[in-house]
Order: sequence, then C-alpha cells, then structure tokens
Amino acid sequence: MDQTPSAQNLPGAVDQLKQAVELLNHKVDLLYAEAAQLAAQHPGASETFLVMGITVFVLAIFVGYYVVWHVTPALHSPLMSVTNAISSVIVVGALIAAGPAEFGLSKIFGLAAVVLASINIFGGFIVTQRMLAMFRKKK
Amino acid sequence: MGTWSALAYLVAAVCFIMALRGLSSPVSARSGLRFGVAGMTIAVATTLALPGVSSFGPIVAAIALGGIIGAVVAIKIQMTALPQLVAAFHSLVGLAAVCVAVAAFTNPAAYGIGVPGAIVAGSLVEMSLGTAIGAITFTGSIIAFAKLQGLVSGSPVIFKGQHPLNALLGLILLALIVTLVVTNASLAFVMIVLLSFLIGVLIIIPIGGADMPVVVSMLNSYSGWAACGIGFTLENNLLIITGSLVGSSGAILSYIMCKGMNRSFISVILGGFGGESVAGAAGGQGDKQVKSGSAEDAAFILKNAASVIIIPGYGMAVAQAQHALKEMGDTLIKEGVQVRYAIHPVAGRMPGHMNVLLAEANVPYDDVIELDDINRDFAQTDVAFVIGANDITNPAAKTDPTSPIYGMPILDVERARTVLFIKRSLASGYAGIENELFFYDNTMMLFGDAKKMCEDIIKSLEG
Repeated sequence: MDQTPSAQNLPGAVDQLKQAVELLNHKVDLLYAEAAQLAAQHPGASETFLVMGITVFVLAIFVGYYVVWHVTPALHSPLMSVTNAISSVIVVGALIAAGPAEFGLSKIFGLAAVVLASINIFGGFIVTQRMLAMFRKKK
Repeated sequence: MGTWSALAYLVAAVCFIMALRGLSSPVSARSGLRFGVAGMTIAVATTLALPGVSSFGPIVAAIALGGIIGAVVAIKIQMTALPQLVAAFHSLVGLAAVCVAVAAFTNPAAYGIGVPGAIVAGSLVEMSLGTAIGAITFTGSIIAFAKLQGLVSGSPVIFKGQHPLNALLGLILLALIVTLVVTNASLAFVMIVLLSFLIGVLIIIPIGGADMPVVVSMLNSYSGWAACGIGFTLENNLLIITGSLVGSSGAILSYIMCKGMNRSFISVILGGFGGESVAGAAGGQGDKQVKSGSAEDAAFILKNAASVIIIPGYGMAVAQAQHALKEMGDTLIKEGVQVRYAIHPVAGRMPGHMNVLLAEANVPYDDVIELDDINRDFAQTDVAFVIGANDITNPAAKTDPTSPIYGMPILDVERARTVLFIKRSLASGYAGIENELFFYDNTMMLFGDAKKMCEDIIKSLEG
C-alpha cells in the first residue's frame, strides 16, 4: 500500500511537468527571438569573412606585385610554371569535397578536381625544376 | 576551421611568397622552388588532417593518378613545347576550379555555406565568379594550346559582330549570376558553366600567334583569380592569398609583354593582329635588291669579327636550332670572338621562352642579355646574327609611323657593321609586315633552315 501516495500524486506531477515544459518552450522562444535579433544587428559569420577576405585579397595583390616585379626576365618561363603549380593550391577545396566518407556527386567532382590539381602540382614543379636546372653561370 | 589549420595555411602562404621571391635571380631560384614544394605539402597535409576529411583511400589514389600523369608529362616534354605545356596546365587549373565549385554547389554543407537550395547569397556570388573565371580559363587555355601546338591555325579568327556578341554573352552571364543568387536554381549554375566555356573560346580565337605571350600570361593570371574566387567561397585565406599572388604575377607578365610590343592590353584582347590581310603589302618591294650569301660567306664574316650578338626568335624554337647555335657560338669563342645573345621580351611564344631554350643548350645566363641592356652595344658590334626572329628587328618600328608595329621597342640590329639574317624565304613575320632590314646594304640573307645553316657554318668554320 506504500504505492498509494505517489499514485494519488500522479495527476499533480503531470501538471507540474506540463507547466515546466511550457516554461521551457517559452524560454526557447525568447532565446530564439533574442538570437534572431542579434543576427539582425550583427553581420553574419559569412559577411565578417567577406570583409576579412577582401582585406587579405588586396594585401596579397600588393605582395604579389612587389615580389613579382623583382623577377628577372630570364626567369619568366619558370615563373609561369611555378605560379601554375602553386595555383593548384585549389586542391585544398578539392580535398574538402572529396573528404566525406559518404559517396555523392560532390565527392565525384572533388576527386576529379584532386586528379586535375595533382597533375598540375607535380607537372608544374617538375618542369620548373627541369628549367631551373638548365640555368648556369659562366664557368 | 581550427586555429591550427589556419596557422598552417598561413605558413603555406608565406612559403608561396618566398617561392616567387626566389625567382628574382637564377642563383636563388632553386631554393625558391623548394619553398613552393614545401608550401604545397603543408597545404595538402593540413587539409587532410581536417576533421571532415576521412576518405583517404580514394584521395590518395586520385593524387597518385594525377601525380604520375603530371610527372611523366613534365619529364618527357621537349623544352621547345613548353608554351603548349603551360597552356595545357592552365586549362587544368581552370577545370579544377569548376569542379570544386560544382562540388560546393551540390554539397554546400561540407564547406559550411548553407544547405542545397539555400546557399548563402554572398557565397553564391563568389562561387559564380570562381566558376566563370575557371571555365573561361579552361576553354581559353585549350584554344591557346591548340594554336601553339599547331592543331588549329595560329592566325586570328575574326567574324562580324564578334565584340558585340562577346559583350552580349557577358551581360547574359551577369544576368545568370543574379538569377542564381535569387533563385538558387541548379539550371542557372549549369548555364553559367556552359556559357563561360563558350566565352573562353570566343575571347581567345581572335588573338594571333605573335600575341601568344600575352595570352599565356593572361591565362596564367586568370587561373589565379579563379583560385581566389573559390577561396572566397570556401572562406579559405590560403586560396585567396595564393590566387592573388598568381593573379597579380600573370597580370604583371601580361603588362610586360604588352609593353614589349608597344600595344595596349585591350587591343591585344580584342585581337585581330597578325592576320593574313596585312601581308598583301609585301608586293611593292619587287625592285629592291636583297643580298644573299652562303654558309661559307657567313663563316668567313663571323670568323673575322671581333664581336657577335646573336638574336634568337621563335623560328629557332621551331627549327630546334638552339644546340647547333650554341655549338656555333662556342666555335667562334674558340676563335677569339666575343659572343653574346640578345633577347627581346616577346621573342618566342611565352615570356622567357628564348632564355629557357638557350639555357637548355648550355648557354651561360650571363651571356644572355635583355633588350634594354644590350641595345646600345649594337653600334660597336661587328655582326648581328638573327636566327628565327623577324618583327622584333624591323627598323620600321622606329621609322615608319604607318607600320602596325610602329613604336614597338626593337633590337637595333641594323646598327651592327654586318647583319646576318637566317630565314627560310622573304616571307613576312607574324605581324604580316615586310621587314625593310632585308634590303639594307649591310644585311646578308642566309636562306635555309636555321639548324642546317648553323651546322653548315660550323663545318666551314672548322674546315
């Protein structure tokens, strides 16, 4: 008979639980509204990156300009093949696409891009190496 | 992206900057290349260590497949075929950029830019730009490759309404990008790719063979900008930095090439230069006298000279004459003649083309001198030996304001006591312009194949 008190209390407990859930729901709604408000006030992560990305972009162009301006004309061909090789750094994006375990269209394209970029990386660096190996000073 | 991977990417980016810096001199160039390889290794290793990347089997297979193809091609390729090879490599970067963009479009969650059908608007803009530039680089480079390889004619393809058509297609492309951003429709994305492929073909076909150095550097630049666009999409600073480096490098090369021809970038891009239509002007020169000589005559003149400057051009590459030329130079040096090589910025089919070929033939790089540094010396030189070059020696660039190449900096070969000019026939050069140098009193034409002529001269020198 020691079960009786809790059995009698059950409807009350259920009510309490319902109230608690309602409160929680309300709080979630409040939080959601607050989050939405915050999101509206502050730029999203993507937009923050855009500004930073453009900053990096512009600065890198200047770096590229000053660095490449000093390249001797005799090495313009190796410059092209080495820049070709390093522009294959796009392989980073390809690897992320090819990375997930599950198979899909995105993965196929990712793997294709990995192959293409790898041809460039190896081909570009090797052909640059071949060219540079030929340049020699007067004995 | 974690802090560590971001920092590793930064190290990779610095390596790439050092790689380009190394190329400022042949002495530091090899260490520059090592920086490049190190940067790429760091970039790939860091990406493989990212938590989302787990499918290593197929990835390693893909890298191995690409690596073997690239290595074999790079080891087997003839140095004379370098411009084609570089163009072909550019096309691969373009196509890879398109593939990455397609992957990002079909599975945006992997890059944290939204879910299919609801990709962040900013990312869509960046993605479209990266895709469009990549696709243009791809087909543009293929056309450049076909022209350089001789698969299609090197002369410009021009038709009526070409430029309005290109402008119209550009506007349609813009409209498609807007449509994509607004609707997220896959069809718009596919259309952007296809239209950009078409634009790539259309912007390269009107550009003639002689302008190829500009085209190749321009496509080099585009491949960088494509990587940049993808970098913005993936919010990856390494791609942005590297893309900008490559983009600005290619742009600088294009600028230097344009300056070497005294033409504006726009006029090169609009194309049509070097068409057969201009070549008709050659007819009116019939009464002028051309002096021609044999290999023995040339050998006699060269042997008795104190100083010789050799001016190589694209014809030397075509005839594969660099080794025979170097041997001829060595024979002359043994006879006590001073031998130097003068390089015009746009000689050949890509920036620095002649330098690489001479290096291949073991010519020391301190004997190979750029236009600005050697032009003054022609007046004190006994023999200017022109092999496979034409337009870059044409005095009309200085004297005839009506000439299409007027204002182009040229090598002042006509100031040398004697000009020896190897040529197959009196035909005009790629610009389609008669070279009045042929009719000068101090010019002796050596008709024949460049390589054979060099070999015959060597025989006479030694005989």
